Amino acid sequence: MTRLPYVRPMQGWWRRNPYYVRYMLMETTSVIVALYAVILLVGVWRLSQGQAAYEAWLAALRQPWAIALHGFMLLAMLYHAYTWWKVLPKTLPLIHVGGKPVPGLLLSAAGWMATLVVSAAVYATVRWGGL
Amino acid sequence: MKRSNAPIFWSLFGAGGVLSALLAPVLVYITGIGVPAGAGMPADALAYPRVLAFAQNLSGKAVLFVVIALFLWHAAHRIYHCLHDFGVHPGLATRLMLYGSALAGTAAAALLTIRL
Amino acid sequence: MPDSEKIIEIEVLRYRPEQDAEPVLQTYQVPFTDDMSVLQGLQYIKDYLDGTVSFRWSCRMAICGSCGMMVNGKPELSCKTFLRDYYPGKLRVEALAHLPIERDLVVSVDDFVKKLASVKPYIIPKETRSLDDGEYLQTPAQLAQYEQFSSCINCLLCYAACPQYGMNPAFTGPAALALLHRYNADSRDGGKAERMELVHSEEGVWSCTLVGYCSEVCPKGVDPARAINMNKTSSAADYFLRFVLPKGAVK
Repeated sequence: MTRLPYVRPMQGWWRRNPYYVRYMLMETTSVIVALYAVILLVGVWRLSQGQAAYEAWLAALRQPWAIALHGFMLLAMLYHAYTWWKVLPKTLPLIHVGGKPVPGLLLSAAGWMATLVVSAAVYATVRWGGL
Repeated sequence: MKRSNAPIFWSLFGAGGVLSALLAPVLVYITGIGVPAGAGMPADALAYPRVLAFAQNLSGKAVLFVVIALFLWHAAHRIYHCLHDFGVHPGLATRLMLYGSALAGTAAAALLTIRL
Repeated sequence: MPDSEKIIEIEVLRYRPEQDAEPVLQTYQVPFTDDMSVLQGLQYIKDYLDGTVSFRWSCRMAICGSCGMMVNGKPELSCKTFLRDYYPGKLRVEALAHLPIERDLVVSVDDFVKKLASVKPYIIPKETRSLDDGEYLQTPAQLAQYEQFSSCINCLLCYAACPQYGMNPAFTGPAALALLHRYNADSRDGGKAERMELVHSEEGVWSCTLVGYCSEVCPKGVDPARAINMNKTSSAADYFLRFVLPKGAVK
C-alpha cells in the first residue's frame, strides 16, 4: 500500500477559528504598549527641552485625532489587562488550600482587582495628590 | 540539546506585561483623554511645573524609566512572536532590530530621566 | 423504519495517496437519530454508503483516544460529539490538524510517539529500592500535584489545537510536555534533572506562546497549557539562579 503522508499548509491558520482570532488580538495589543511607551518617551524628551517644548507635546495630545487614537489605545490596553490576568494563572504552580485546588479564575479576579485598585490610586494621585 | 536564552526576554516580557496590565489603561486615559479632552481631569494636572517636579524627583525618575523601559521590552518580545504567528519568519536581523529598539529606548529613557 | 427520518449532510475530507494528489471533500447524506455520535455517523457511511472511508476508533466512550478528528474546524473526539448538535447544518469532518494525513481521517502519529519517548515517561527512582522496602507511600496532597496530568489519553486533540506545533513540528508539544511534568511532579520520581534539558530547550517549553487552545480542547481536563507554562516559570528561575543555588534547588 502506498504511504504518502499529506502535510496541510499553515497559512492563515489563525483565521480558521474565533479562539485563534482572539489570541492574535491579545498578542497585537503589544504594538499599542510600544506605541504608548514611545509617546511617553517623547514626552519626557520634550520635558527635558523646557516649557515651550513640553507644552507643544501637550498641545499635540489635544488634537482630536490624538484623542481618538488614545481612545482606541485605551480599549486595547483594557483588553490587554483583561487577557493578561486571564492567562497568568497558567504560569503558576498548582496551589491547593485545604485539599482543594485554587481555581485559576480566582487568581485572575485578584489581578483584575489589582488593576482597578492601582488605576484608582493613580487617578487619585494625579487628580488630587502632590504627584 | 541547547539551552534556550528565552528566559531573559520572557522575564522582561512578563514584568512589562504585569506593569502594563496595572498601569497602561489609567495612564493612557489620563495623558490621552482625561487631560487633553478635559474629561475627568483638570487641564493643569499635567502642567509643566508639576510634571517637571515629578520628573526631577528620584521616585518620579524611577517610575518614568521603569514604565518606558519595561513597556518596550514587553512589546519587543511579543511583537517578535507575533510576526512568527503571522507567518513572517523573523530572522536574526529582525530580532536584533526589535530588541535593539527596546535597548535604545531604555538607554534614551535612562539618559533623559537622569539628566532632568 | 421511523416515520420521520432526519438526514444530516456529512462532508468528509478524503485522501487516498494511491489516487489523490491532495485531499478532497466528499459529501454523504446520513440518516440519524438524536442519540448518534459523529463516530456512529461515520460508521453508517462505512457500513452502508462507502466502505472505503478510513478512520480510527475503538472504545466509543472517550477513553482510548483513537477517534480524534476535526469537526467543523474544531478538534473533537468523534465518539463524544453528537450529530444532533450540528443538524440541520452541515457537518464537516477532517483529519486532525497539524499532523500529516495518511489516509482520509487517519493521521500519522509517528512524531508523537518519538516525542513521548523523549520525555522519559516513567518513574526514575530516587534511589535503588528492593521489594523489602515495601510500596511507596503518597499522601493525597502529593497525588494532587500530578494527578490531572496523568489523565492524558494521547488523543492528540491538543496537537491539532496547537498552532506552534503546526508551524514547527520540532516542538515537543502539549501532551508530551504535560506527561513530562506528570513525572517530575510525582513524589516517587527522582529523574527531574534528566528531563530538564528538554524543558529548558527551544523545543521544550520555550516554543509555547500560551495560545491555550490545547487546554480548551482536551477531553480529559489535563490542562497541558498549565503544565508547560508553570515550567516556563521554573525554567526561567533555574536559568537565573543556576550558578548561585545548588543543583536541582529550584523546583
